[in-house]
Amino acid sequence: MEELIEKLKKEVIQQLNLEDIKPEDIAADSPLFGEGLGLDSIDALELIVLLEKNYGLKIEDPKDGKKIFHSIQSMAEYITANQKA
Amino acid sequence: MSRRVFVTGLGILSSIGRNLPETLDSLLASRSGIGHLRHLETPLAHEFPFAEVRFSNNQLMEMAGLSPQEGHTRNALLGIIAAREAFHHAGLEKSGTGKTGFVSATTVGGMDMCEKYYTDFLTNDSRNIYIDVYDCADSTEKIADLLGIRDFITTLSTACSSAANAILLGARMIRTGQLDRVVAGGTESLTVFHINGFNALKILDKVPCRPFDAQRNGITLGEGAAYLVLESEESIRGGSRPLFAELTGYGNSCEAFHQTASSPDGTGAFLAMEKALRMSGLEPSGIHYINAHGTGTDNNDIAEGLAIERLFGSRIPPVSSTKPFTGHMTSAAGSAEAILSILCMEHRFLLPNLNFSTPMPELRFAPVTELCLDSEVEAVMSNSFGFGGNDTSLIFTRPS
Amino acid sequence: MFHSPAYINGTGLISPQETADPSRFLPQIREYTDDFLSCIDPDYKEYIPPLAARRISRLIKMGITSAFMALRDAGYHSSLSTELAEPKQPDAIITGTGLGSVEDTERILNGMSAGETLMNPTPFIQSTYNTISSQVAIQLRCHQYNSTYVHRIFSFETALLDALMQFKEGMAASALVGGIDEITVNHLAITRRAGHWKTGPVHNLSVLQSGTPGALAGEGAAYFLLENRVSPSTYARLLSIDTFYKPGTARQVQNHIREFLLASGFNESRPDAVILGLNGDSLWDPFYSQIAHNVFPGIPWLCYKHLCGEYYTSTGFALWLTANILKRQEVPPALLLNDIKPGRLETVLIYNQDRNINHSLILTGTA
Repeated sequence: MEELIEKLKKEVIQQLNLEDIKPEDIAADSPLFGEGLGLDSIDALELIVLLEKNYGLKIEDPKDGKKIFHSIQSMAEYITANQKA
Repeated sequence: MSRRVFVTGLGILSSIGRNLPETLDSLLASRSGIGHLRHLETPLAHEFPFAEVRFSNNQLMEMAGLSPQEGHTRNALLGIIAAREAFHHAGLEKSGTGKTGFVSATTVGGMDMCEKYYTDFLTNDSRNIYIDVYDCADSTEKIADLLGIRDFITTLSTACSSAANAILLGARMIRTGQLDRVVAGGTESLTVFHINGFNALKILDKVPCRPFDAQRNGITLGEGAAYLVLESEESIRGGSRPLFAELTGYGNSCEAFHQTASSPDGTGAFLAMEKALRMSGLEPSGIHYINAHGTGTDNNDIAEGLAIERLFGSRIPPVSSTKPFTGHMTSAAGSAEAILSILCMEHRFLLPNLNFSTPMPELRFAPVTELCLDSEVEAVMSNSFGFGGNDTSLIFTRPS
Repeated sequence: MFHSPAYINGTGLISPQETADPSRFLPQIREYTDDFLSCIDPDYKEYIPPLAARRISRLIKMGITSAFMALRDAGYHSSLSTELAEPKQPDAIITGTGLGSVEDTERILNGMSAGETLMNPTPFIQSTYNTISSQVAIQLRCHQYNSTYVHRIFSFETALLDALMQFKEGMAASALVGGIDEITVNHLAITRRAGHWKTGPVHNLSVLQSGTPGALAGEGAAYFLLENRVSPSTYARLLSIDTFYKPGTARQVQNHIREFLLASGFNESRPDAVILGLNGDSLWDPFYSQIAHNVFPGIPWLCYKHLCGEYYTSTGFALWLTANILKRQEVPPALLLNDIKPGRLETVLIYNQDRNINHSLILTGTA
């Protein structure tokens, strides 16, 4: 899980072009949206693309994204639970 | 200085008809143009419904009287056919003196050819005739050339409000005395590019769109072209040509909230409608029908609905979105829906908001769901709200 | 044509020349030998906060930054950073762009060509032409009139025309008007096939004497804050705009220009200088020379595309030159085309055309 969390941090930074942010700046359980990093609805859509491209996991309804993308931790948990072996 | 602006010609080509009479037939029969893609090839063809014009490019070329060697984009073909209909509908082929302009709107331009031949563009010379047709201006110039309009031409792009803004600019050029008549509207063909784009935004509905419905889940993309002929009072004087409407109000505002979303209370929509109403001199009760932008997205329908409630208070006129008929024609929606609104006035009917079943809990009103013949329709409002927050509202009244 | 004065009270220009500092007027001329001229990018981080900038591609950064430069220049706010801005709002924001964000469009097309159906939303949003104008409005939180014109070399001119109309109609007292286009390696390669450009790298300062077909491509972002009143920051007065399409022969073009001048109040006289859109294309520059000989004898002819390259909204660069020339009464020698020395300049005309299809005229005078 730790490895996945570190990998995800780097991928999120790259996908969302968060130039000034380093992986160590993001706490695994800190909220990505609203407070915390302050991401918005377009970022959520970019993360949907990331999940599909990098992990083969499709999210049809952006509303489902709210829980999954709450934090890096919740993303890692979702991937671990749903990714085919 | 401010001259009155009249609508003397209409031309429309969409999934519900190749021309104005076919369009009217479809409306009276409550017949939607939404179905499956027959011409455009995309992996998403089976995932979503679309309102595609039922003719292939070859058929459109035949209808337009053109040859394949000329390298026309689908955009240009749709636009040529609709603009020509409007031009002849207004009898402009017989018009003598005065200055005529052409203001056209599009966003995809020649992307249908560009996306098909992009690899060729990069690697060989086999498709060079399509390189210069890529941009937005190409279809405008092709249409203008066929209609013989040279006094003034330009192209406008403000996403889903493009054609409404084209009408707005055309009207202002008449009011400021620069032109006597303007053919104004928009054209947009379906492309894999923007189908993928709207899908990336997750705002395409898997079933035909359901504007203002509590279960709505997004847009159904459509395509087509629609143009109006606008003329000054002097230009129509002494003639016996029918007048379809007078453009008595318009308003353009910017949501300035977010790149793809309206503010929750629909500030931009409210300001655009309010400006149009103020300019028309009408009281809110003077509007007898609103053709809403009503895309069927979560966001638009709430924002627009609340804005309508805020402006019209307790006397909300009949409202419907005609996007369940034509799909969302994006850059052509503003002029197509202006034409549908004018038809409501001409034929005294109210168009139904198809696919509606459950009212939105957030709104006090529900849209019109049945075709209402023999209605009093003296003034109509047509709304078009685009990505990036470009919001425009037009008011047409019965000509006196 | 439309004749309705408006004052140029603020400018912001990002270009291949040193134009970002409004206190200096072409302090030195940049030379390049290249396939195309690229803008000197300022450090966009100073202007746009990282969280906003993360999804804004280069063209839109150029647009937002040059728009804020113009607002600051006009005294609408004191800081350039959009983060700190609570600026006074213009009554209209109107933009012209011939091609929009080429970079974003290409990113998508490259993905599609590689067989991708899954598209990233960000480049799609940025690829829509009106994104520049609406991003400026979002940064300013400005709900006023907003529009975008996308017709080749008419794009910026129609934006200016719209603004002048707003003033005449009493719909606005101020307008932020811009012209912006970019060039990329891919786009150059593709349009080179269609014969637009030189076949290889050229030296910009000698491109107008090249004697070979094709132009030198360029790019730029220019915004102007126009108002219906003079202010301490006034550069010049925009007087009339005209765009004309497929006028016919060179003689018909000349007649059209003469009528424009007549309607603008020049009876027998001429403007004090003309800026011509020669771009080094040996197939079309003689067309300019012929027109200039017949319509503008005896006045200084200036040129500018050797400094910024050819792009659909290049008259934004020309208007920036005009505004500075009229305010400072200074004509950088690098602009001079003929041997006539400029004296006191009260009026300057910009004439641009594209293969005798699209033609534009912008007339500006001292305030």
